[in-house]
Amino acid sequence: MNPTHYLMLSALLFGIGTVGVLIRRNAIVVFMSVELMLNAVNLSFVTFARMHGNLDGVIIALFVMVVAAAEVVVGLAIIMSIFRSRRSASVDDANLLKY
Amino acid sequence: MGSLTGTALLAASVAPAVSPKAVAPSVAPSPPIAAPSIDLVGVLPVLIVLGAACLAVIVEAALPKRQRFVTQVFLAVGSIIAAGVATVVLGVQGHYVVTFAGAIAVDSATYVMWGSLLALAVVAVPVMADRVIEPGGVFAAEASAVIGSPRAKQATAVATPMQTEVFPLALFAVGGMLVFPAASDLLTLFVALEVMSLPLYLLAGMARRKRLISQEAAVKYFLIGAFTSAILLYGIALLYGYAGSVKFAAIASAARAGGGSDLLLLAGIGLLVVGLLYKGSVGPFHLWTPDVYQGAPTPHSAFMGACTKFAAFAAMLRVLQVALGSMAWSWKPVLMVIAVISMAIGAFFGVIQQDLKRMLAYSSVAHAGFLLLGVMSITERGVTATLFYLLTYGFATIGGFNLLMLVRRGGLEAPRLADWAGIGKKSPAVAATMTIFLLSLAGIPLTSGFIGKVVIFTAAMNAGMGPLVVIAMIATVVTAFFYLRVIVMMYFAEPPATSVAAGGVEAPTVALPSTLTLVTIAVCAILTILLGIVPQPVLDIMHVTFPMLS
Repeated sequence: MNPTHYLMLSALLFGIGTVGVLIRRNAIVVFMSVELMLNAVNLSFVTFARMHGNLDGVIIALFVMVVAAAEVVVGLAIIMSIFRSRRSASVDDANLLKY
Repeated sequence: MGSLTGTALLAASVAPAVSPKAVAPSVAPSPPIAAPSIDLVGVLPVLIVLGAACLAVIVEAALPKRQRFVTQVFLAVGSIIAAGVATVVLGVQGHYVVTFAGAIAVDSATYVMWGSLLALAVVAVPVMADRVIEPGGVFAAEASAVIGSPRAKQATAVATPMQTEVFPLALFAVGGMLVFPAASDLLTLFVALEVMSLPLYLLAGMARRKRLISQEAAVKYFLIGAFTSAILLYGIALLYGYAGSVKFAAIASAARAGGGSDLLLLAGIGLLVVGLLYKGSVGPFHLWTPDVYQGAPTPHSAFMGACTKFAAFAAMLRVLQVALGSMAWSWKPVLMVIAVISMAIGAFFGVIQQDLKRMLAYSSVAHAGFLLLGVMSITERGVTATLFYLLTYGFATIGGFNLLMLVRRGGLEAPRLADWAGIGKKSPAVAATMTIFLLSLAGIPLTSGFIGKVVIFTAAMNAGMGPLVVIAMIATVVTAFFYLRVIVMMYFAEPPATSVAAGGVEAPTVALPSTLTLVTIAVCAILTILLGIVPQPVLDIMHVTFPMLS
C-alpha cells in the first residue's frame, strides 16, 4: 500500500469533520465532528512517521489522544450544562449574544 | 546543578534496562540511550505555577468549605508572585537553557515573556476573588445547578460563597500560558495551547448572574476553540510531514534547504497560523471574541483579554521567527491583509457598540491588528515593540474591564454606554481612572498606549511597511472616537432620571470593591501612566532576540 493513500484518507476524513462542524446543529454532533478531525490528523501523524522512519509522529498521536480525552471532559460538561438549562443542545438556539 | 542531577537520575534509571544479559557477548553492547537533559531550574516558574495548581486541586478535596477560599486565594496569588520572583532571579542570572529534549527554550526572550505574563496575571487573578462587589463572588456558587431550579435560586439569593475551583483553573491556564511562548517544538506548543484553553472555556461559563449568556459564551468559545485547535493540529501534522520533525530548528533548516513538498509546507504554515490567530482574536477569526467577552464573568474577560492575548502573540513571535522565518515571503503578504481586516473590523464594529464589554472586545480585535504589525517586522525592534505593546494593552484592558464591574443597577452590572452617563459627577474617582485606561487604549501621549503605538509603528516603518502604518493610524483615529465617546458620556452627559416615578429606570450606582480589587486597579492605573512617562527601562529590558536553536 502506498502511504499517500493514507494521507488522502486522512484529508478526506478531516474534510468530512470540517463540514460536519459547519453544517450540523446539535452541539454533541458538532463536537463529534471535531473529534473526527483530530483522529484524521492522528492518521496523518502515523503515516508521516512511517514515511520518515522516525517515531515522533506515533508519540504525537498518543499525546493528541490524551488531549482529546481531556477536551471531551470539558466539552461534555459545558454542553450538558447548557442542555439542562435550555432543554436543547442545538447551536442555533444559543442566540442571546449577538451583534 | 539542576541539569546535572536530572541527567544523572535519568541515566541511572535507564542504565539497567540497556545492559541485559540476553545480549550475545559477541555483539558489542549498544550504547545506552542518551537521556535528554532536563533542567528543572530553568523551568522553575512554570513548575511553581503548575505545582500550586495541583496543590489547589487537593485543597479543594481535602479542606472543609469554609477554609478553602482563603487558602485558594493565598495559593493562587502567592504562587504567581513566587514564579515572578523566580523569573526575575533566573533572568538576571542569565540562566539560559534549551531543555526537555529541545521542547522548551528558556532564553532572554522567554524570561521577558514570563515576567510580563506573570505581571499581568498578578493583577488579573486577585480580582476573581472579589466578594464585596457581588455578595458571594462574581463566579457562580454552584455552576452545575440547573438555571431556575430552586437550588440555583437559593444559591444566588443568600449569597452563597463562590466555587473556589476557579483558582486552580486560573492557575492551570497561567501555567499553559507560560509554556506556550517558551515551546520550541510544535507538540509542546499544542499541549500548552490546550492546557491554557480548557480552563478558560470552563471559567467563561461560571458567571453568578446572567447564567444563560455565560453558558452560551462557554459553548461558543469551546466549540470554535476545539475546531480551531483541530485545524492547528493538522497544520502541525503537515509541517511534520514536510520536515520529519516538529522541532522549530529542524523545520527552519528543512525550509531553508528546500526540496520537500511545497504543498505540505505552505498548507502547514497556513493552518498553523490560523490556529494561532484565533487565540489572539485577530481579524476574521475574531467571531467568538465579542460574545465570549460579554458573556464571561468580567474578571475573566479581563484575564482573557490581557493574558491570553499576550501568550498567543508571544508564541506567534517565536513560531514565525524561529521556525518559519525563512518562509516570511509566503506568510507576510497574507498577514498584511489580515492585519488590515482586523483593524477595520475592530474599529468600525467598535463604533456601533452600545455595550462597553463588547466595545472593549472589538477594541481587542483592533489592537490585534496593530500587534500584527510588530510581529510581521521580524526584527529585534519588532519583538521589543510587540512585547511592550502587549504589556501596555494588557494593563489598560484589565483595569478597564474591572472598572466595568463597579457600575451596577439592581445588583447586576450595568455595562451599557447610557448607564455610564454622568458617572463623572457621581464618582469622580471611577471616571478618572476609566479615563486613564481609555486614553491609553486610544494612544494619547503621556499614557503607555501612546509609547506602545510609537514603538510598534516605528518598527513597522523600519521594516518597510509604510502603507500599513498609514492604515493603522487611520484605524487608531477611528478607535479613538469610541474611547473618547465614553469619556464624553462620563463627564458631559446628564445622568439618567433617578426615580422610576420620573419616567426613568432605576439609576445605576457605583459599588465599592474589595481592597484587593482596589489595589489591582490602582496598580494598573499607575503603571499605565508610569510606562507612558518613563518607558525606557522597560523597553531596555524587553530588548531581546530569539537565538537560533541548535
